[in-house]
Amino acid sequence: METQELKQEAIKVEPAKVKKMMLILSKATIDNVYACFILANGARMEGIEAEIFFTFFGLEAVQKEKIEHLHVATVGNPAMHIPTLLGGLPGMEAFATNMMKKEMEKLDIPPVGEFIEILEASGVKLWACKLAMDMFHLERKDLVDEISEVITVGDFYHRAEGDNTHLMFI
Amino acid sequence: METTIAGKTVKINDQGYLTDLNDWSREVATALAEEEGITLKDEHWPVLEYLQNEHKQETALSIRKVGKSGVVDIKGFYALFPGGPLKKASRIAGIPKPASCI
Repeated sequence: METQELKQEAIKVEPAKVKKMMLILSKATIDNVYACFILANGARMEGIEAEIFFTFFGLEAVQKEKIEHLHVATVGNPAMHIPTLLGGLPGMEAFATNMMKKEMEKLDIPPVGEFIEILEASGVKLWACKLAMDMFHLERKDLVDEISEVITVGDFYHRAEGDNTHLMFI
Repeated sequence: METTIAGKTVKINDQGYLTDLNDWSREVATALAEEEGITLKDEHWPVLEYLQNEHKQETALSIRKVGKSGVVDIKGFYALFPGGPLKKASRIAGIPKPASCI
């Protein structure tokens, strides 16, 4: 057997860079939806790959009929700093959500529907969870066009293969 | 600090962004683009020009704004400046690194 002369190379140790963010969105309160979208978009802006798996209530964020009706929670949300009883009054959620949306527009944060278009155009892959779709009796046609496919959690894990991939549950 | 780009002495910050837009020229842009692994073509220049104009008007830049500019759409922006379009395009355009999260 021929032995090859090994060239000793100086080992350069560089900190491992994040290559891919795999985000799982399981909630439909608007603050969680935005957190997920901003993380995905922010990743793409840094040259990091990003994918989102919409599961359970997270599916509301990609349902054509529900997309513009997502709310912030005014009950059971201590960060709202309003008494729980007041938060439960009819219209409170819509009111608080409108206030929040106005502030977000000032910061150039797009509405949910437009944000999904931006994510898709930026190369973020969007997936819907099969089990949750079955549970909520949803069909592909109920979801926005930007969803690539309905997949299983196993499929999603396979897509997370490779070094420096991070999974995040929201 | 000062450095030489395309045979010209220019002032840059520690992240390699020009600190004075007056130092910018097409030659400097071409050299900066090469550092980012991008060969500038005809389609790149209108985008760079747009970014410079927005900067001069002190507009906070974002991907969304670029997408709505009518100069390039978001898909096209990512295609022209792969791997972080806003920060790369800003560097090539000679303007500061945008602090935007959107």
